[in-house]
Amino acid sequence: MKMTKNFKNNLITYAIVIAAFIIVQILQSTGNLSSLFKGLLVPICVYVILAVSLNLVVGISGELSLGHAGFMCVGAFASAFFSKCTQQAIPADGLRFFLAILIGAAAAAVFGIVIGIPVLRLKGDYLAIVTLAFGEIIKNVINIFYIGKDSNGFHFSTKDQFSLGMEVDGTVILNGPQGITGVPKNSSFLVGVILILVTLFIVLNLIDSRDGRAIKAIRDNRIAAGSVGINITKYKLMAFTVSAALAGMAGALYSHNLATLQASKFNFNTSILALVFVVLGGIGNIRGSVIAAVVLTALPELLRGLADYRMLIYAIVLIAMMLFNWAPKALEWRERYLGRFFRKSAKEGK
Amino acid sequence: MAAMLEVKNLGISFGGLRAVNAFNLNIEKGELYGLIGPNGAGKTTVFNLLTGVYKPDEGFVILDGENITGKPTIEINKHGIARTFQNIRLFKDMSVLDNVKVGLHNHHKYSTMAGIFRLPSYRKTEKEMNERAMELLKVFDLDGEAEYLASNLPYGKQRKLEIARALATDPKLLLLDEPAAGMNPNETAELMNTIHFVRDNFDMTILLIEHDMKLVSGICEKLTVLNFGEVLCQGKTAEVLKDPQVITAYLGE
Repeated sequence: MKMTKNFKNNLITYAIVIAAFIIVQILQSTGNLSSLFKGLLVPICVYVILAVSLNLVVGISGELSLGHAGFMCVGAFASAFFSKCTQQAIPADGLRFFLAILIGAAAAAVFGIVIGIPVLRLKGDYLAIVTLAFGEIIKNVINIFYIGKDSNGFHFSTKDQFSLGMEVDGTVILNGPQGITGVPKNSSFLVGVILILVTLFIVLNLIDSRDGRAIKAIRDNRIAAGSVGINITKYKLMAFTVSAALAGMAGALYSHNLATLQASKFNFNTSILALVFVVLGGIGNIRGSVIAAVVLTALPELLRGLADYRMLIYAIVLIAMMLFNWAPKALEWRERYLGRFFRKSAKEGK
Repeated sequence: MAAMLEVKNLGISFGGLRAVNAFNLNIEKGELYGLIGPNGAGKTTVFNLLTGVYKPDEGFVILDGENITGKPTIEINKHGIARTFQNIRLFKDMSVLDNVKVGLHNHHKYSTMAGIFRLPSYRKTEKEMNERAMELLKVFDLDGEAEYLASNLPYGKQRKLEIARALATDPKLLLLDEPAAGMNPNETAELMNTIHFVRDNFDMTILLIEHDMKLVSGICEKLTVLNFGEVLCQGKTAEVLKDPQVITAYLGE
């Protein structure tokens, strides 16, 4: 009974994504899509994946992580680096991009494990602060790295590109704060939507399984979970690592959509942005994350005139949403006016 | 007959406070054993020592012939001790059914990959888990509320759900920390029946902490009375309750 209800809910989520894809395709083929909006399609997919992956940590595992952009950064750079290096060796775009995505996800997962082991010993605010720090550390470390390649192999430096000491035939791949330029532009809306579906498939099925129950049990009551034999460290780390891997996948999609990939893009604001999507969509509500990410990525770009106030608007909307979701008075109001409407529409839906 | 639980000379201090001192306990298989005493006597501390929440400073705990002293909570649960809590600790935002299924976690397994890709082992195991969980819920008359959120259950049923979840881990020894706290006399009477039923049908050994003397004298076969962290009196329920020391320290004239 429960399973079919969940199953139906999950199907609706997949259906929304596929329907959105079809609508965009129709608009595109009839020429009704502005070039501005076309440019937004891949970033929207990136943020949807990022939001869903973060919801796994924040909503399902119940830990506030403020460094999610760091994992996206690792995925973006690992995959871009791989694509740059193998551009000649693997001429087939599709295969190379597929491998790049896997490498991006795997690299982010490794960082997820390495960072997760110490960080997940902490709880609440402390965990939030430390994840924030790790996110910034990842960004800043990549920012000072120079990597070049010549006939002798790879060269590393943390000073500048001239201290790489390369032969004349060498090329700089990662150029410090300038990042990686000339990453093949393999990302497309189709790939983005496929990756969204893959992310949803993994997250939704994980939640509704034995492991997902263990993760939620730890969130609801750590002590009780331990008393029934749930390995707390293992399941916290599992949620964190899967989430990091999916963020890395989002990073790979992101990096293959840009002419220049710079580490400074993956700053605190990006992490907070992802958190805003999760909070607005409803903590623990995966479908909500998808919708919030789409709306909040598309809106500010479509309201270009307000671009300067974007973060301000986010902050205000976030506070308003928190009040709407949790303030007792607001809950009362919602119950009285909206509750009736939702209940009615839910009945009609059946 | 070998003891199900054998506790010898158990002790723990918190700073300068000797919370439990030289605690001894022997529980035979299938016994219904009560642990009573005034507030702050160290009853819950004993439970926390038995389940590995605290590590004892001295002494040891032997469960069914195995030394489990100082092991972590998860290991102790796997060895066969399950418990409920004085202040109910359910998985609030999960369904009643899922609460019990978390208890079944270590007995019905499939891999993470099988869970994500919905392999046959997932379907088969989930079906077994659902059936087993529903069986347990039926015992506690909770099968009608299987789809409710645990936090939406009335208080008495939340206490029962906690027992059902503990039983799902298939323990040898069940620890109940004030199971009748906050219940009215009718609910307490019903709970006494349920505890008896669990002991008889699950072949369970039960150790419980309780202040409700009607419940204690009604179902416990043996008692240990704690006072200031030390055993005051131990033995058959009727005899212990007549002991003048126990009457002055705990029951009152």
